[in-house]
Amino acid sequence: MSVAIRQNTSTGSNTLTAGKLPKGISWWILVGSWIVFIAVFLLLKASGTTADFNVVGAFFFGTVLFDVLIVVISRVVEGGRKAKDRLVTSLVTTAFIVTLLPLISLIYTVISRGVARFDVAYFNESMRNIISVGGGALHAIVGTLEVTAFATLISVPIGILTSIYLVEYGRGRLARSITFFVDVMTGIPSIVAGLFAYSLFAIFAGPAIRAGVVGSVALSVLMIPVVVRSSEEILKIVPNELREASYALGVPKWLTILKIILPTSLAGLTTGVMLAISRVIGETAPLLLTTGFTTSMNYNLFSDRMMTLPVFVYTQYANQGPIATPYVERAWTGALVLIIIVMLLNLLARLIGRIFAPKFSR
Amino acid sequence: MTATAERPVSTGRPKAKIRLGDRVFSTATVLSGSLILLVLVLVAAFLVAQSLPAFFAAKGTLPDSSTNFWTYVGPLVFGTVWAAFLALIIATPLALGIALFISHYAPRRISQLLGYIIDLLAAVPSVVFGLWGVLVLAPFIQPFYNTLVDKLGWIPLFAGPVSGTGKTILTAAIVLAVMVLPIMTAVMREIFLQAPVLHEEAALALGATRWEMIRMAVLPFARSGIVSAIMLGLGRALGETLAIAIVLSPATVINVFLLTSQNPNTIAANIALQFNEAQGVGLNTLIASGLILFVITLLINMLARYVVNRRKDFSGAN
Repeated sequence: MSVAIRQNTSTGSNTLTAGKLPKGISWWILVGSWIVFIAVFLLLKASGTTADFNVVGAFFFGTVLFDVLIVVISRVVEGGRKAKDRLVTSLVTTAFIVTLLPLISLIYTVISRGVARFDVAYFNESMRNIISVGGGALHAIVGTLEVTAFATLISVPIGILTSIYLVEYGRGRLARSITFFVDVMTGIPSIVAGLFAYSLFAIFAGPAIRAGVVGSVALSVLMIPVVVRSSEEILKIVPNELREASYALGVPKWLTILKIILPTSLAGLTTGVMLAISRVIGETAPLLLTTGFTTSMNYNLFSDRMMTLPVFVYTQYANQGPIATPYVERAWTGALVLIIIVMLLNLLARLIGRIFAPKFSR
Repeated sequence: MTATAERPVSTGRPKAKIRLGDRVFSTATVLSGSLILLVLVLVAAFLVAQSLPAFFAAKGTLPDSSTNFWTYVGPLVFGTVWAAFLALIIATPLALGIALFISHYAPRRISQLLGYIIDLLAAVPSVVFGLWGVLVLAPFIQPFYNTLVDKLGWIPLFAGPVSGTGKTILTAAIVLAVMVLPIMTAVMREIFLQAPVLHEEAALALGATRWEMIRMAVLPFARSGIVSAIMLGLGRALGETLAIAIVLSPATVINVFLLTSQNPNTIAANIALQFNEAQGVGLNTLIASGLILFVITLLINMLARYVVNRRKDFSGAN
């Protein structure tokens, strides 16, 4: 910092001669402030003012104390400009920590309350004739898998063909409008997708229609744009040399795409599709409207109501029986299973992307 | 290959042979591309078809004894916009902070990991957020609401009577804010990372502090990206359903009180709560309110995309 601009700060001191806080001091102040407020809240608990030790409060107020301290200290020692820099640094860090709090709290709660019913019965029993304890979510898990699988079956061919069109063929107005509306489609609220699928089927099958396939259509409306966007990005990074080499050998365009471009980008495409699945598998609102809910097993996508895991979580919470606890416990376990499925899909997708990625991609 | 030399020179450009496979394949891709446009049109058409009865419904047939469709949907539109607005007020500064933290403040080595952690939030299904909001956040934050109403009750926003359960629109907005953070952060982060490094280094070389560098080199470059990130977040927040349906304790009112148990409901949450019991015109009314939501989000998303596309350099928005 020996090249600081020569100027008079508001305090009137010369910045060239202003002091500098030792490196790493901010971390010490942060930890110190946390300790101070942990002590404060422990005292509050010991004195009986609060019933529990307030972890979130301790870290939140500790971080705020750190923000104030670091700015004041820096202002005294380092002068105005540096103090402002420190202020922004600490605010930005605070924003990050504040956002971590709900994430940590959420994951902790889901795991700690979800393990209560994370047992064998949960995975091989349905809710048929269950009005209190026991029961499981097998019907919901089966439903989720079937509905999502069928949605994938619809979306993947359409999505990948569209992205091929956009990358390999698309010129002019049609391509531009497809790109634009795919972007717009990513913003369709999930419940509107549900309403669309419902209205579509209600015209043919009457207003009481509830079936797994309706839910699949709703999910694929949400899934197609995601698949298109990710596949498009992947197809774009296939090097042009490969295409040109193939054309030079006299291979027709469609064979070039099928035999050269798709195999090259297979890993990326798989990753994109799995991320898209993980995105729609947790959707609740469209399924609530389209597949309805039931307590029994139903393997048939094309007739009758079908339970899905997100809807199961919702109904267990919303329609609690006379004794609420087993219902809420089942809801938390459902949430845990759902999060595990989504995380697994995410991890697997990234692994596939990393392991099978062609060598040129980076 | 010698045959080419002997071939008589044609007058026009050489014509490529048209193969059946090529025809079939390119037609298939065009069809599926057009199918997407068709779906979007169909979404609009079916929603309109199903909502027409609601628009022309006679007095007395609508739910909540509303005189016409617009008096029914009015409070819902207000609630939707109000909840999304509150969520954005909370989420925007946080998203800016997180994006800057990841792109410019955190050590290079862990910044990608931090990005993953924020993306984790996006992987949590909305129903789980709802469950967490109502069973963890609401009881946790309710004592704080008590204090707010006691001390600051003279400000209209914090007017009482305070909700005893914590299921207020402020709680819903906090949950919404957490849910829209990942998309906003992701877009902003991309754009901050694309800021020209030479400008940043020049600013630092002139003796600017890190904040001055960001203010002079990064923020002006990223302005339109920030706007579009906010609008994408807004689109998400407007359409969010289950979290609100679970967390909010709704009423048919228009008010701006944050902490009471009489909260304006949102369109999406209202549909989710009423749909399975609705029939006849009631059903059409719900679908019509969905159409309104569709139009609102469509306009906002198109605006956001337009802002992004105007400066193609900011292709960071996914």
